[in-house]
Amino acid sequence: MALDAGLVGRSYPPSAVYEVGREKIAEFATALGDPDPVYRDAAAARAAGHPDVIAPPTFAIVLSLGAGNAVVEDPEVGLDYSRVVHGEQRFTHHRPIRAGDRLVATAVIDAVRTVAGNDMLTTRVDLATEDGEPVCTTHSMLVARGTA
Amino acid sequence: MSPRPVDVAVGTELPEQVSRVTRADLVRYAGASGDLNVIHWNERVAREVGLPGVIAHGMLTAGLAARAVTAWAGDPGAVVEYSVRFSRPVVVPDDADGAELTVRGRVAALLEDGRVRVDLTVTSGGEKVLSLARAVVALG
Repeated sequence: MALDAGLVGRSYPPSAVYEVGREKIAEFATALGDPDPVYRDAAAARAAGHPDVIAPPTFAIVLSLGAGNAVVEDPEVGLDYSRVVHGEQRFTHHRPIRAGDRLVATAVIDAVRTVAGNDMLTTRVDLATEDGEPVCTTHSMLVARGTA
Repeated sequence: MSPRPVDVAVGTELPEQVSRVTRADLVRYAGASGDLNVIHWNERVAREVGLPGVIAHGMLTAGLAARAVTAWAGDPGAVVEYSVRFSRPVVVPDDADGAELTVRGRVAALLEDGRVRVDLTVTSGGEKVLSLARAVVALG
């Protein structure tokens, strides 16, 4: 079943606050095999001009995956998750994510289209501090193979 | 040290990065990212859904590719934009060597305010696995 074009603009309630921990950043950097001290050592991060350790550029996926689940699981969207693959991903950093950030993720459906029998759904997730400072915007495009 | 904008031109190449991805790396990334999709660790299920075998998380491939940019930029915080398009799965065999991933990059455009666009070519076994991988980096 093709996705309904009327879904564009559909928004979801803000997530609970996610507090970015030093250990989580270090764990993520280690999973990428990245030894950069700016991910682990606050002094190294300060020397690079940051107030605390920062997260790798793709760390925001941890939060955007969680927020995006609200869209994927929305019965009104009706995505067949068993046929879904990740098509595209974009991160726009307004500033680096850093340890101690208390972030709220808000998801909105940005685009739907159907190409060659595949449904494509793009979700935008805005990450901001709980005080409203924009930190990162992610766009995730999922492809449901052969469902249209 | 970060490259200075004055030393960077269209065509400037980033150092090539070669890494290996094993099943253990997939398990570690699954835990760190929270992406527990079974196709990244269970051969039986991967084959049942029509894949040639266990495949790497797209975002693990993208994250490894981004390392080539952050290492070159000096400060990972200088990466202000990063986008990827996944074109081909990276199949990770159940052995000690895993899959190889090669990342090449070059400066494709000089933008305003000392920003540059870097285009990456990411291959595994000679095949492109990302059909688009671009970063915008704010240099010094």
